[in-house]
Amino acid sequence: MSKIVESLPNIPEVLPLDPAPQADPAVRVKPLITARNVNVFYGQKQALQNISLEVPANQVTALIGPSGCGKTTFLRCINRMNDLIDICRVEGSIEIGGQDIYHKDVDVVTLRAQVGMVFQKPNPFPKSIFENVAYGPRIHGLAASKAELQDIVEASLEKAGLLAEVHDRMNAPGTSLSGGQQQRLCIARTIAVEPKIILMDEPCSALDPIATARIEELIDELRENYTIIIVTHSMQQAARVSQRTAFFHMGELVEEGATEQIFTAPRDERTQSYITGRIG
Amino acid sequence: MEKTKTINFMAKSSRHRRVEQGVIAVLIACSTLAIFTTIGIIASLIFEAIQFFKFIPITDFLFGLNWSPQTAIREDQIGSGGSFGVLPLITGTFLISAVAMALATPLGLFSAIYLAEYAGPKVRAYIKPLLEILAGIPTVVYGFFAALVIAPFIRMTGSEIGLEVASESALAAGIAMGVMITPLISSLSDDVINSVPQALRDASLGLGATHAETVAKVVLPAALPGIAGSLLLATSRAIGETMIVVMAAGLAAQLTLNPLQAVTTITVQIVTLLTGDQEFDSAKTLSAFALGLMLFLVTLCLNAIAHQIVRHYREQYD
Amino acid sequence: MTDDFTIIPTPHTRRRHKSELRFQWYGKAAIIAALGFLVLMIGSIGYKGVGVIYQTKIELDIQLNADAFDPAQLRKADFSGLVKTALRARFPDVKNRRQKRRLYGLVSSDAGFELRKMVEGNPNLIGSTIKIQLTASDDIDTFIKGKIDKNLPESDRRVKDVEINWIEKLQADNSVVQVFNTAFFTSGDSREPELAGILSALVGSFFTLLVCFLLSFPIGVLAAIYLEEFAPKNRWSDLIEININNLAAVPSIVFGLLGLTIFLNTFGLPRSSPLVGGMVLALMTIPTIIIASRASLRAVPPSIREAALSIGATRVQTTFHHVAPLALPGMLTGSIVGMAQALGETAPLIMIGMVAFIVDVPASILEPATALPVQIFLWADSPERAFVERTSAAIIVLLGFLVVMNLGAILLRKKFEQRF
Repeated sequence: MSKIVESLPNIPEVLPLDPAPQADPAVRVKPLITARNVNVFYGQKQALQNISLEVPANQVTALIGPSGCGKTTFLRCINRMNDLIDICRVEGSIEIGGQDIYHKDVDVVTLRAQVGMVFQKPNPFPKSIFENVAYGPRIHGLAASKAELQDIVEASLEKAGLLAEVHDRMNAPGTSLSGGQQQRLCIARTIAVEPKIILMDEPCSALDPIATARIEELIDELRENYTIIIVTHSMQQAARVSQRTAFFHMGELVEEGATEQIFTAPRDERTQSYITGRIG
Repeated sequence: MEKTKTINFMAKSSRHRRVEQGVIAVLIACSTLAIFTTIGIIASLIFEAIQFFKFIPITDFLFGLNWSPQTAIREDQIGSGGSFGVLPLITGTFLISAVAMALATPLGLFSAIYLAEYAGPKVRAYIKPLLEILAGIPTVVYGFFAALVIAPFIRMTGSEIGLEVASESALAAGIAMGVMITPLISSLSDDVINSVPQALRDASLGLGATHAETVAKVVLPAALPGIAGSLLLATSRAIGETMIVVMAAGLAAQLTLNPLQAVTTITVQIVTLLTGDQEFDSAKTLSAFALGLMLFLVTLCLNAIAHQIVRHYREQYD
Repeated sequence: MTDDFTIIPTPHTRRRHKSELRFQWYGKAAIIAALGFLVLMIGSIGYKGVGVIYQTKIELDIQLNADAFDPAQLRKADFSGLVKTALRARFPDVKNRRQKRRLYGLVSSDAGFELRKMVEGNPNLIGSTIKIQLTASDDIDTFIKGKIDKNLPESDRRVKDVEINWIEKLQADNSVVQVFNTAFFTSGDSREPELAGILSALVGSFFTLLVCFLLSFPIGVLAAIYLEEFAPKNRWSDLIEININNLAAVPSIVFGLLGLTIFLNTFGLPRSSPLVGGMVLALMTIPTIIIASRASLRAVPPSIREAALSIGATRVQTTFHHVAPLALPGMLTGSIVGMAQALGETAPLIMIGMVAFIVDVPASILEPATALPVQIFLWADSPERAFVERTSAAIIVLLGFLVVMNLGAILLRKKFEQRF
């Protein structure tokens, strides 16, 4: 399932855009997201230290690490959801498509419309399935007519692999679906706004293995059109769905590289310890 | 007696136990007082109301269009029986409560939204108690203010734009009452809005909705049952409120829905009928209890529904 | 893919941001409106009532001719006649009867009584000419305080030109003085605004609250203890709980009706008495106290109960020796808040007849009395202009008591705040 990307051994701070003799074209494209020296503070406490990371487009990047290591914090920096926390302060820069998203002229609403997010626990609105998906296009004025809205909703549900299951009960409440279906509904809701990037915060942690497998399959399909960053607790999941993996520990980015390399030949001792189950 | 160490699991002396049982009996007696109060209210109201309905048929009471309970001074006086049609009182009560709710609903809801969604913890810590002062001021003060300041102001403004305003208009009483119940709505709605899970806000904001869109389209619909409950409680409060209307609303029953006219309410009539001489064998005095029974039942229903809704809502998110 | 990533808002998004601002503004406006009303209400009542601190007195020289008095029966002398004579002497050119009546109306109808008190206090004054400060009538008082517009046409104002003329003369002689208004705080109700005071209403309120507290606090606390510590979770305790919640929302006037039929008509307790008033208010306050006390009992951690039970205390001992004392500050706080509510209650007291005209200060809980909020209601209903000032002042006093009680509750809570 996951694409194998060759690693560059022996070079510290491997950057995917290094003009190294790489065969895979996916790696050589300009990175879509570039984080430089990101520091995050909650009040006095520093949650992230000097994170620099580049995320290539149309790949799945997994953020792994023990709980409390800052991976979710970093994820929430990318669509500025951390703005909602009063005591949270972000330093450094994160560029998406060459634009600094922490620049003062940046409009977070416009930003979030393009950087969608799927949360840990499925959180459908207490509305019908249709209304859940239609909500985003409505507020952003994406549909000119009812028919168009209907098309967007159906296409999004289709992409999320849910349409076949719900097409005959679009007016049932979103909360009446099973956990896995709810999470796919949330993904459909995110896709409906046509984002470029989808952030996923442990999207399967509340789901059973079968539903998890379904979501993982979906993530792989979505990679074609979207850049995905997924936070996960499960190393198996990271190995299954991602092309690149970044390992966070105690607020630091320890190591980052092709998934294959991280899991087979980690360069850092801590990564080694984590993937073999000694820490975390 | 020789001293032996024995282990004894048997109960202590029976006197000791009787004391404990006595204490518990007293505790139970105190806790049942609430039930006896309710029974007392219902029994006394029903008893006196039945006496009243011996004079006046219940259908005349419920569907009569005219309320003028003056019993005759002389036997041969015209209309010596008085009329006891409760409809003008119901419309009057409804009218004033409607004015109050029309004012209190936006004031209370928007205050609650601002406090729950926008205000920082510091602002909240100051504004919330300040708003609650409004609920702590005795209603007799609102009544005085309504009669002394609001009513003349409305009358003056009305006459300037060419409107005929009664000096004891439903509008004046309704405005004072609206302000009085605003903190009730705002603090209950504030609780309800706060209990909407953050995950729903995150989902909406994560889709690129503005905060206002999130509140209006996600948070409020999710909180709607709880908010409806708080509005019902406030309505019940408005219907049962006495002093404001006694001091600022009229005495004469009028069947009208024009808030610029003077209307009277159920509570005003109860007070009027029972101050001064009371004869517990006249329809006039007894009618107050029929009104009281009605008031009790209506507010009881509203409260019961409201509590049910709110409880159901709480269970949903707990 | 990268190139079309934009973070510059479209016009559509700009419009959305504008409505966001508008929405926030609605919230602020609602709060400002509600608080503005509060300020306006308290401010205007305060402004109207603050003048009550001072009372206008008119200084007159009164000749106490010995032949006007019978030394054996000083009381019988025509004191108000003496006042009238003194007024006529002060303004000798007033001739016709209507004008004379106006002249006598400068001072309160109680002026003769004031003179009598002075003479009775010091009979040696008889035979001399004394200077005495007599309470001005309500209209004159209102006028002096600047609350009657001189520029109104004469027919529209209570104080006529001739009276203004007299007052200006008196003022020119420094015979109009403003003194601290002791009468307002030391006397009972009166038909004359300048003589009316709040003392009898205050004492009535005190007795009523005393009865209310003595009944509702123990009953409320014990009921809370039962429900929280002993009651089995069954239908019966559910029923009690529902009852308590419902009673808390029953309109207060309905409690008044209950008091009227049960306490007055069935039990035959004395009408208009603080006893019955306190009983009715207790029934209303008990739910509040129960709810607050239960919350406070719930805050006592189970570990305390377990500790007591584990050394062999019975449940009753555990509760009364360990749990209840820890919860007591919270219970008291709730009770003070309940008492503050009861102090402001008006309608139920009207129902049981505490709406009477009470001049004398009640001496016991069985005598007819009125209460402060009811006094406010009565005065607010009176047509005399000067009662507006009294009513407002009485409201300030009432609000003052409420502030003190609530502050007391807050301080108590702060002081005893337990952190388990």
